[in-house]
Amino acid sequence: MPELLIELFSEEIPARMQAMARETLRKMVTDGLVEAGLTYGHAQAFSTPRRLVLALDGLSTESPTLREERKGPATTAPEAAVQGFLRSTGLTLDQLEKRDDKKGQVYFAVIEKPGRAAPAIVAEVLEKTIRTFPWPKSMRWGNGTLKWVRPLHSILCLLSDDTGASVVDLDVDGIQSGNTTAGHRFMAPDRFAVTGFDDYAAKLKAAKVVLDSAEREAMIWHDATQLAFAQGLDLVEDKGLLTEVAGLVEFPVALMGAIAEDFLHLPPEVLQTSMREHQKFFSVKNPKTGRIEGFVTVANRETADHGATILKGNLKVLSARLSDARFFWEHDLRVVKTEGLEGMGAGLANVTFHNKLGSQAARIARIEALAREIAPLVGAQPDLAAEAARVVKSDLRSAMVGEFPELQGLMGSYYAKAAGLPEAVATACKGHYSPLGPSDAVPSEPVTVAVALADKIDTLTGFWAIDEKPTGSKDPFALRRAALGVIRLVLGNGLRVGLADLARNGTLAALWAHYQVPFMLGYRVYKEDQSSFWMSGYCANPNDEDKYVPVLDKEVFAIKAEHGDLAREVDIDLNLANVQPIASVGQIASDLLSFFHDRLKVFLKDEGIRHDVIDAVLAMPGNDDLTLVVKRAEALSAFLKTEDGPNLILGFKRANNILTQAEAKDGVEYSFGADVKFAEAEEEKTLFAALDAAEAALAPAMQAEDFATAMAEMAKLRAPIDAFFTAVQINAENPIVRRNRLNLLSRIRQICQSVADLTKLEG
Amino acid sequence: MEKPAAPRSFQEIILRLMTYWSSKGCAVLQPYDMEVGAGTFHPATTLRSLGSQPWAAAYVQPSRRPTDGRYGENPNRLQHYYQYQVLIKPSPPDLQALYLGSLEAIGIDLGLHDIRFVEDDWESPTLGAWGLGWEVWCDGMEVSQFTYFQQVGGHDCRPVSGELTYGLERLAMYVLGIDHVMDMPFNDPSSPIPLKYGDIFRQTEEEYSRHNFDGANTEVLLQHFLDAEAECERLLSFPAEDPNSGKRIVMAHPAYDQCIKASHLFNLLDARGVISVTERQAYIGRVRALAKKCADAFVTTTAGGWTPEAQA
Repeated sequence: MPELLIELFSEEIPARMQAMARETLRKMVTDGLVEAGLTYGHAQAFSTPRRLVLALDGLSTESPTLREERKGPATTAPEAAVQGFLRSTGLTLDQLEKRDDKKGQVYFAVIEKPGRAAPAIVAEVLEKTIRTFPWPKSMRWGNGTLKWVRPLHSILCLLSDDTGASVVDLDVDGIQSGNTTAGHRFMAPDRFAVTGFDDYAAKLKAAKVVLDSAEREAMIWHDATQLAFAQGLDLVEDKGLLTEVAGLVEFPVALMGAIAEDFLHLPPEVLQTSMREHQKFFSVKNPKTGRIEGFVTVANRETADHGATILKGNLKVLSARLSDARFFWEHDLRVVKTEGLEGMGAGLANVTFHNKLGSQAARIARIEALAREIAPLVGAQPDLAAEAARVVKSDLRSAMVGEFPELQGLMGSYYAKAAGLPEAVATACKGHYSPLGPSDAVPSEPVTVAVALADKIDTLTGFWAIDEKPTGSKDPFALRRAALGVIRLVLGNGLRVGLADLARNGTLAALWAHYQVPFMLGYRVYKEDQSSFWMSGYCANPNDEDKYVPVLDKEVFAIKAEHGDLAREVDIDLNLANVQPIASVGQIASDLLSFFHDRLKVFLKDEGIRHDVIDAVLAMPGNDDLTLVVKRAEALSAFLKTEDGPNLILGFKRANNILTQAEAKDGVEYSFGADVKFAEAEEEKTLFAALDAAEAALAPAMQAEDFATAMAEMAKLRAPIDAFFTAVQINAENPIVRRNRLNLLSRIRQICQSVADLTKLEG
Repeated sequence: MEKPAAPRSFQEIILRLMTYWSSKGCAVLQPYDMEVGAGTFHPATTLRSLGSQPWAAAYVQPSRRPTDGRYGENPNRLQHYYQYQVLIKPSPPDLQALYLGSLEAIGIDLGLHDIRFVEDDWESPTLGAWGLGWEVWCDGMEVSQFTYFQQVGGHDCRPVSGELTYGLERLAMYVLGIDHVMDMPFNDPSSPIPLKYGDIFRQTEEEYSRHNFDGANTEVLLQHFLDAEAECERLLSFPAEDPNSGKRIVMAHPAYDQCIKASHLFNLLDARGVISVTERQAYIGRVRALAKKCADAFVTTTAGGWTPEAQA
C-alpha cells in the first residue's frame, strides 16, 4: 500500500499556531481522502517553524467504483416527469432500463461512478485544503491572491510504494508541487529530494531539523534541566513557554547564563515576567537562596564557538531589559516613599474607567464606600478596608505595571509594604482581583475579601446602571466572571451578606457617577422611526420610587450630552407619551440580583445540585444571602437523596394540591385553626401529634439555620402523613370536620415549606 | 566569499545599509522633512504602498517618540532616533534572504549568531494599516521589523509590499558592542574630530525630554491639532481639476503632511499626559480618519495607479 508525504514549506509560522495547524492539516486531508473514497492506515502530522507535514501510510490506490440504482417514473408517466428524471440523473432516455414493477413498467437509472486514482484525489484534496485552510490570521504576498499564514514557498507531495515514489502533481497559485525540501535555514539551507517519509525524516535530521515538536520540547527540557542541575540549580517549570520555544526553533540548543548581581534584588516575579515575556527565557532558581539567579535561553543553531556569541548577546539584551525593570522598580519605590501609595495613584483621576462611569478615581471612591459598608459583614475593620480600597488600584499608575500589566496587584503589594502600609492592605492589593477564574483560589483575609467584593459589585452595578449587560456570548466587561467571583467569595468564606442592599447602593453610586443627579431611573425613549435609545431622568418623589414622575427637561438632556449623538439627535420637546420608564434603581438592583441567581445556578449545577432544587430555595425569603441559599439547597438536595425525601415530597404535594383546590373552590384560605378535638380517625390524631412535635423541633433548628435537622424533623412526618391520607377522607360530609382537615393540611404545607418551596420541585 | 570587516561607527552601518539596498535595486531616498513617529509615516511607505505601481525604496528616517524621552540617561531609549526603512512592492519571494544579506553587510556573522523570526503582527491604528510578519531577533534582541503590508489607510494592498524597519541605534550598538547609546561612535573613532552619539544628541535628548514632558504648551498643541485636522480635510475637498494649470492635481501629499502633523501633535499631547484612555482612542480615530482620506485621495493620483482609462 502506498504512503503519502505532504510538506507545506513556508516562511516562519507563529509558534502559537503550529499545534492547531498540524492537527487541522491532518484532519482536512484525511477527511477529504476518506470522503472521496480512499482509505488509509495511520496518519501523523508534524510542525516546525517553517513546515507543516503530514505522513499517511496504507493509502488505497484508488477509490472504489460506485454503482447506484435509482427508480424513476413509470414508463407511462407524463413526458415532463421523465424529462425531470433524466435531468436529475444526467442520462439520456436510451440509457434508462425498463423494469417490471408491481404497478407496471418503471424506468430505472443505473449510474456507475468509476473509481479514481489516488493521485488525482490527493491533488484535489490538498489543493482544497491549502486554499481553505483556517489560519487564525492569514495574508497575501507579492502579486498573488493565495492566502497563507506567511508566504508559502514549496509544496512537497509524494506518493511512494515498493516500486518507487512519484510526485503528485498540483499547482496552487504558481507553486508547483515537487519532491524537494530544504534543511535548517542557516545550518543546511540547500534543497534536497526525498523518496518517502523515512527518507525525508532521515535527511531532515541530517539537515539539522528536528521534525517532531514533542521531540524538540523533550530536548529543550532535558538539556535545560541538565544545565541547571550541573550547577546545583533548578529550572522553573513553564509548560506554555516550553511549547512556544519549541515552535520557534528547528534545532534547539539550550544555553544557560547568570543574571547579574545588580538585578537579583528585584522581585522574582518581575525577573521571571521580564525574561519570559521579552526574551522567552526560562528562569533558573537557586534552591539555596530561593532566588531566581539564572536563565536558560534556547538558540536555533549550533555554532563554532559553542554558543558563546549568542549567549553574550542574550546577556546583553537581558541586562538592558532588566535595567528597564530596575528603573521602573526604583522609580516606583521613590514615588511610593515620597508620595505614598495613594499618591502614586493620584493620576487615576485623569484616567477614564468607562466614559459613562467616570474616572478610575471616581470608581475607587465608589469601591471605598462599598468596602466600608461590607467590612463589618466580613469581619474587617471598616477604616482598614477603606484604606485598602483607596490604594489597591494605585499600582496601575506605576511604571512597572505600565510595562507588565500582568503584574498588577502584585506590584501594589510590594509598594504597599514599601510605603509602610499595614500587611492587610498589602495583601488586599495582591488579592482583590481574585478569584479570577473558576479554579483560582478564593482569598480569605477579611480586608481583601471586603475590597474584592466591593470591586466586583461596583463593576457589576456600574455596567448594569448604564445598561451594558452581557448578552449571549458577548461579555466584553467580563461581568459573568465578576458575578462568579462574588459568589465564590461569599460561599468560600461563608459570608452572610445581603446582596440586595449592596446592589442597590452600588447602583445608586454608579448612577450618580454617570448622571450626577439623584434618584435616577432609566427610560427607553422611542423616536418616530420606532428606533429607541436608553436615557435617564430622575424621579420627583424619591421616597416612592415605584410611583416616580418622569422629569424630562433641558437639564437632563444637558447632562445627557455625554451620550454624544443624543443631544444632537433628540428633540428637546419630546412627547412624553413616547417615553417609557424601563428601570428604576430598585429594578436595576433586582435585575442584577437575578443575574447573581442565574450564575449561582450554573455554579451549583457544577456542584451537582439540581436546578429545581435551586429554584425551590431561591423562592424563599432572604434569597440575596447566598450562603443561606446554599445551606438550604444542600440540605434539600441531601434530603431528596434519602428514602424519606421523595415520599415526603409526594405527601406534601398531595396535601398542597387538595388544599389549593379547596381554597380555590371555596374562595377562602385555610390557614389556621386546626384542632385535634375534631379529629376522628386515630391516624388523624397521630398526625396532629406529629405536627406538634415537628413544629416544636423545627423552631430551634430553623433558628440555628440547621436545615439538615429541620429536614430530618420533616422526614418524621412522612409516615403519619401517608397513614392519614390512607385512612381519612379530607372532604368529609361534616363541614366542620372538612374545614378542620383542610386546616390540618395547611399545617403540613407550612411546616414543609420552611426550608424551601417544595412546589417548585419537579416530579 | 570573504566576510566584510566589522564596521567601526554608527554612520558606517548606515552607509553599508545604503550601499547594500542600493545594490539590490532600491531607490535610496532621503528622510522626510517632517516630525514623524516612525519610518512608516514617510509618504514613500504609507502612500507608495497603495495602488498597483511597483516600488522599491530605502531611506533613513529620523523618528520621534515623545513618551520615550529619558533625558539621555537610558542606555537605549531615546525620544529621537533613526529608523532605516525598506519598502519593496511587490514583495519579492526572496525578501527574507535579501534581509539576511543586509545583516551580513553590516558585519553580523550569520554563522555565529542566532537569527529568529518571531511572530509580530504589525498594526498602526493611526494609519488604519496592518500587516503580518515578524520581529527579527538576533541573539534575543529585536533588530528589525519585517512586515507584509495587507492594508494601509483602509485600502487592501494589491500587490503586497514587503517592509523592513531597522532600529538603527539598537542594531548599531549591538554590532559595535556598545552598552550605552551615548557612547557609540558616530563617525570613525580615528577621525580627526571623533564624535560620539552623545556629543551630538545628549543635550537635545535633555532639552526635548523636558519639552515633551513639561514644556510643551498643551493648549497650543491642541489648537495645532485642530488646525492640522481641518487643513487636511480642506485640502482634500478641492476639486481634482486645477484651474491654474488646467491639470488634474489631487493634493494627496500636502493633505497627508497635515495628517502627519496631527499624528505627531497627538503624540506630544500624549506625552504631556493630558489625554485620558478613552480620549486616546478618539484621537487615534481622528488621525486614522485623516490617513484614510489621504489614502483615498492618493489612489486617485497617477502614482497611486490611477489612469484616465480606469476612471472612464
